[in-house]
Amino acid sequence: MSEEQFKVKAAGETNSNWRRWLNTLGPLLALLLVYMIFAAIAPASFRTTRNLEMIGRQTTIVAIAALGMTLVIIAGGIDLSVGSVVALSTVVIAWLLQKSGMSGVLANMGCGGLSPWIAAMMGVGAGAFCGFVSGALITRLKVLPFIVTLGMMLVVRGAAKGIGREQKIDIEPGLLKWLDELLASVPKEHSWMLVPVGVWILIILAVVTAGLLRYTRLGRHIFAIGSNEQTARLCGVAVERVKLSVYTLGGLFAGLAGLMQFSRLTVGDPTVAVGLELDVIAAVVIGGGSLSGGEGSVLGTMVGALIMTVIASGCTQMGMPNWVQEIITGAIIVVAVALDRLRHRRSV
Amino acid sequence: MAERVEPEKTDFFLEMKGVSKRFGATVALEDVSIRVAAGEVLALVGENGAGKSTLMKVLSGAILPDEGEMWLGGKPYKPANPLDARYAGVTMIYQELSLAPHLSVEENIVLGMEPARIGIVQWKEVRRRAIEAISQFENPELRPEAKVGKMSVGSQQLVEIARALAYGCQVLVLDEPTSSLTREDVKRLFEIISRLKKQGKAIIYISHFIEEVKQVSDRVTVLRDGKVVGGGDTAAINTEKIITLMVGRQVEQLYPRSLRKVGETVLEVENLMGADKLQTASMALRQGEVLGIAGLVGAGRTELLRSIFGLDPVRTGKIRIGVYTGPSSPMRRWDQGAGMVSEDRKVEGLALGLSIADNMTLSRMPFIVRPARQDSDCEALIRQLSVRCRNPRQRVIDLSGGNQQKVALARLLHHKVDVLLLDEPTRGIDVGSKAQIYKVIDELACAGKAILIVSSYLPELLGICDRIAVMCRGKLGPTRQIGEVNEHTLMLEATGQETGT
Repeated sequence: MSEEQFKVKAAGETNSNWRRWLNTLGPLLALLLVYMIFAAIAPASFRTTRNLEMIGRQTTIVAIAALGMTLVIIAGGIDLSVGSVVALSTVVIAWLLQKSGMSGVLANMGCGGLSPWIAAMMGVGAGAFCGFVSGALITRLKVLPFIVTLGMMLVVRGAAKGIGREQKIDIEPGLLKWLDELLASVPKEHSWMLVPVGVWILIILAVVTAGLLRYTRLGRHIFAIGSNEQTARLCGVAVERVKLSVYTLGGLFAGLAGLMQFSRLTVGDPTVAVGLELDVIAAVVIGGGSLSGGEGSVLGTMVGALIMTVIASGCTQMGMPNWVQEIITGAIIVVAVALDRLRHRRSV
Repeated sequence: MAERVEPEKTDFFLEMKGVSKRFGATVALEDVSIRVAAGEVLALVGENGAGKSTLMKVLSGAILPDEGEMWLGGKPYKPANPLDARYAGVTMIYQELSLAPHLSVEENIVLGMEPARIGIVQWKEVRRRAIEAISQFENPELRPEAKVGKMSVGSQQLVEIARALAYGCQVLVLDEPTSSLTREDVKRLFEIISRLKKQGKAIIYISHFIEEVKQVSDRVTVLRDGKVVGGGDTAAINTEKIITLMVGRQVEQLYPRSLRKVGETVLEVENLMGADKLQTASMALRQGEVLGIAGLVGAGRTELLRSIFGLDPVRTGKIRIGVYTGPSSPMRRWDQGAGMVSEDRKVEGLALGLSIADNMTLSRMPFIVRPARQDSDCEALIRQLSVRCRNPRQRVIDLSGGNQQKVALARLLHHKVDVLLLDEPTRGIDVGSKAQIYKVIDELACAGKAILIVSSYLPELLGICDRIAVMCRGKLGPTRQIGEVNEHTLMLEATGQETGT
């Protein structure tokens, strides 16, 4: 190899390292920028740590669902049923608690209703089941994910309303135990926790999901399927099985988001989270996910979700009406994706 | 139409003088000068990355040169963009055709310059222009109202040429026009080229196939590393000379053939019948040998490989790989020690958006992937196949065609398969990469691997195979030793004129 070739190679390497850093840090810088702008123009209350905690708490529901959506979108799919699944999950949890609270057997045994653990697990399980059904329909019937999950969006919403008899399910406060504390402000005596349990759960899930995507065969296969499904099949990837897992995981995360939603509202509400899937998709896309598959990252998605909450929070603190927030958020989505495309074009 | 501009026969119609172009630190073109006369075919040859496409992009206005000037028909020519170039009479026909598959032939021909009065398309005029443009091709498939997407690749190419003519093109650039054509279509294309030549068009013909260049061109210009390294009248320059100029070194042996030791049969196919094109095939492949499948495009060769590998359905017949009998899925095939390189690396062979490392290791990943381990595995393969890249994390889409193909082949090496199914492994790649792939195939055969290779390029099959079978209209003929066949007999068998002796 000649000396000249070596030089070119070295130059290329530093260039790509620099670029990799920019790609990772780009969304974070954007988040910082948005925060700084509001910190500069919004009232002082925006800059308090209390507000930071609030932003964290508000982001959690969208962010947890967005983790699942990140997997789905990287695999080249889409899941429009997320909002409905969140609603179903809250309804299932509330319904189980309420039934068990009223039914004689358990109450007479002095248990005072079903364990919140079991109710929560059933709620999350219902979400995972919905995802599994979507995945099974997509892989068996070979219908586009957009169509299948559009159908599931209505089916699941209907089911939630059916279980709740078109009404909210209220729970006696005694039955809730810890279920209403997941996203509550951190009490004084537990101030070492910094943020509520729900936010910690989100952080752990995010780290696990990022690890899954990067360091496991399943994760690499998800990228491969999204990038080129035919190649994945040629290489012996169990395409159907991976897709099924991806949608099931997506449903599982939506169910967890439902648990958080329930914790915040403490009622089972079949009409909650309408249109949530669009916020969730927006978070993934702002974070660099490509709707044609093969691209996306957990860090990006988290940043995307945070950017939207920061904007909402900043606008609220400045006393801006809701419609202004919506316009700004919409504009941010388009600008973020446009910037991302620009960056990609340059790197090719 | 040809009479619209009357170029002087003696002068060069198109000249590019001292063209240079840099991308950052890379010199893509350095002081390149080429010229073409009206009524002349100039062949532009060179390995991938030699600068042919960059030069043609300069010509078509897609990129602006740093230095240099161009002259067209005696006037300075400075296209600002491809549309500009098109109006000036310079048209490119790319490898990947740029037609709208859902539109008809006539709609495609007038696309972008529809004759219209106050915004309303004059369909009679459209039809008239389309018929004028396609009538000289005398191809029954070319009807003005036919949907382009349903036509063969060869006919689609003609539509594209017809469109160029309808635009009043004087300089026609054909970039690898034959890479996906059948032999029939190639013949037809060459006839059309010679007809266009007589009409006084200046034609630039880019190809990897030296035989074609010899056949179709009047002059040859060879590019290497962004510079013109030689050329001359086609009649006066021989194939070895062209290849030597292209690769910059003597290619003593393009097709290495070391001493191979044939072992036991590892792949056996009996009366295999597929769902569609594949009628019947029987063959046996042994360790340490390279078995070639010749035949025309569309004869069912690809389907044979895909059926063996479990990508296409099998209707009847028997497949045995090693100790495993019966049809199977690609996943199982990899487990059984077989691997396949797809004929279309862009659509199927590679996940272009992913890294080299992920593409190489995709078929065999541990449950927990350790990137450092993945990188070191891939670096060894990159060295073995001399893949030109920055590092294993570079995306495959950024590599040249030849290097992409090496990555697709490296996957089989990483998996350490015993049976290799290679479908057109050297299509559309440069001579250097081809030589590298032949070398690896020879090494694998010597190491006792069994290799089944499909190719439309007969010299290649004759060069690397131990035995060859010909497929014709879905039927696989008998397997013969390499000494018993030559290009002539193979071609006769492939076209179904002779079943052989």
